[in-house]
Amino acid sequence: MAFTTIGDTNAARRVEDEIFRQGRDLKGSGFRVLVFAALGLSILILLVLLGQVLNDGWSVLSERFGDFWSGTLRSRSEDEKLGISQGLVGSFWIAVFVGVLAFPIGISAAIYLEEYAPQNWITKTLDIAIRNLAGVPSVVYGLLGLFLFVKLANDGQSSLYAGGITLAILVLPIVVITSAEAIRAVPSSLRESAYGVGATKWDVVRSQVLPFAAPGILTGTLLSLSRAVGEAAPLILVGAITGRLAPRDGSFLTLDQFDDRFTAMPIVIVGWVQESGRDDGFAAAAGAAIVVLLGLVIIMNSVAVLLRNYFEKKRG
Amino acid sequence: MVNLKPSDKSILKGMRVSPGEAPEASVSSEGDDHDEFPAEDLVFDVSALSVFYGQFRAVRDVNMLIKRNEITALIGPSGCGKSTVLRSFNRMNDLIPTARVEGNLLYRGVDLYDERVDPVEVRRRIGMVFQKPNPFPKSVYDNVAYGPRVAGRKRGLDDVVENSLRKAALWDEVKDRLRESAIGLSGGQQQRLSIARAIAVDPEVLLMDEPCSALDPIATSRIEELMEEIKDEYTILIVTHNMQQAARVSDRTAFFSVEVDESSDRRTGLLIEYATTDKLFSNPDDERTENYITGRFG
Repeated sequence: MAFTTIGDTNAARRVEDEIFRQGRDLKGSGFRVLVFAALGLSILILLVLLGQVLNDGWSVLSERFGDFWSGTLRSRSEDEKLGISQGLVGSFWIAVFVGVLAFPIGISAAIYLEEYAPQNWITKTLDIAIRNLAGVPSVVYGLLGLFLFVKLANDGQSSLYAGGITLAILVLPIVVITSAEAIRAVPSSLRESAYGVGATKWDVVRSQVLPFAAPGILTGTLLSLSRAVGEAAPLILVGAITGRLAPRDGSFLTLDQFDDRFTAMPIVIVGWVQESGRDDGFAAAAGAAIVVLLGLVIIMNSVAVLLRNYFEKKRG
Repeated sequence: MVNLKPSDKSILKGMRVSPGEAPEASVSSEGDDHDEFPAEDLVFDVSALSVFYGQFRAVRDVNMLIKRNEITALIGPSGCGKSTVLRSFNRMNDLIPTARVEGNLLYRGVDLYDERVDPVEVRRRIGMVFQKPNPFPKSVYDNVAYGPRVAGRKRGLDDVVENSLRKAALWDEVKDRLRESAIGLSGGQQQRLSIARAIAVDPEVLLMDEPCSALDPIATSRIEELMEEIKDEYTILIVTHNMQQAARVSDRTAFFSVEVDESSDRRTGLLIEYATTDKLFSNPDDERTENYITGRFG
């Protein structure tokens, strides 16, 4: 035996005294309780809200969901044709406008800012300006839309494209910022090794930067889509209709509606909440419409998360 | 010994005027440690090179002749600018907006920093392997084929990939998993993949920036063996922190050091001594070199 030990229980006890847990980490535990409470409170508020609207709208959702989905704006809440089809159509097209205008322009602007723009004070100022634009209240965008696309471009007549373009402009800075951040997160080692084997700037952007940034860009843009679909204030300013809309069948694909007066889901909700003072039944309809809108937004956000996971997995 | 001073450049100028006669690029110095080689073996001719970041001069007074099919090691303490110098050999410093080069860096007689030079073309001839193995998040095959593809090559990629992986001594390990992600390879395999990726575009020169610093000793010795094997085909410049590595693999060694400006606390790197590896490690001319290689500083 290389060496022997002599039992020394006192020595072991001294070590025990030093390394055994001594009392509780009060500050740590307190902090933990605090942050958990913050999370719990946020979720509780959301649950209460959700319960409230579900409770309000349950009668409509459970008894006549199909009619409600395909119905139109009506002046009386007992009207069996009361429904949200026009709101759905409007919100659908607004989403299309955002997807067609804000996504390509915003992502391209982000690529320019991150990959091509010279690093000077102009670029820095632009960067700050875009961040500020993302924080501008949405009514201000509504005013812009009212002036440009209703007063100047369409003779004071409100139109679906005015609403769509206004919301596309509203989310544009958000798309730029989130895309730029995703591009900035691309490791420089990836760029360097591509340049190192003789790739051009275009090669690097196309084959390394964009594939790597795709999940982040995608998440940001889809979340901004949810934002656009949920906005009410700018649409009220550009003249979305809260009352009765000329009887259209609520078809999604008739293009002549672009020039016409329109409504959207948040506007339908605002309208019905206002009406509920006069006619109790509208409260239930508003609740049901909120549940539908929330459902759509949740679906979009879930798609964003799933797509991001898919692309991240593919990226390896 | 290749301790070239700017004043010695007249010899090289004469050489460039009449390359057909192939005069000796002889850089003489006192003593019998005389080293001569023909002009066509001269790959890089660096004289009075300084690299700046903005107003700040990071490295100064670099004078080196780099010979074909040799391994040249750049050693020195941290912050001495050896990586900065290495990255100026294939215009990698262009990626840093404020970086700027002064002095002469001739590649086969052509000034690499002439405004007519296309850095992309430079990097195809002068490839680079980085400190951290950094495979693209793509398959093994696509990693190696990336360079040829961006160069516009579409046919014969299978052969290029196989040959490059064979040269990098990686083929046997990955031939059955060419379509799998390169991220799944071990660190040593990833670094050999980086070498395969670099030689797939058939460069003349390979720049290696501390290629073994993230690897274990076994993977390191594989890379070193590999360098020995491929030096018949390539000219290799390697930056290394590891003096034993420089002594083992290189033919010539350049020792860089740092000067600290007391007033501004700025550190400027400079080339102290450049000689054959044997001479530099056994009988250095400069006291600072000797102090460094004997472990007294750095």
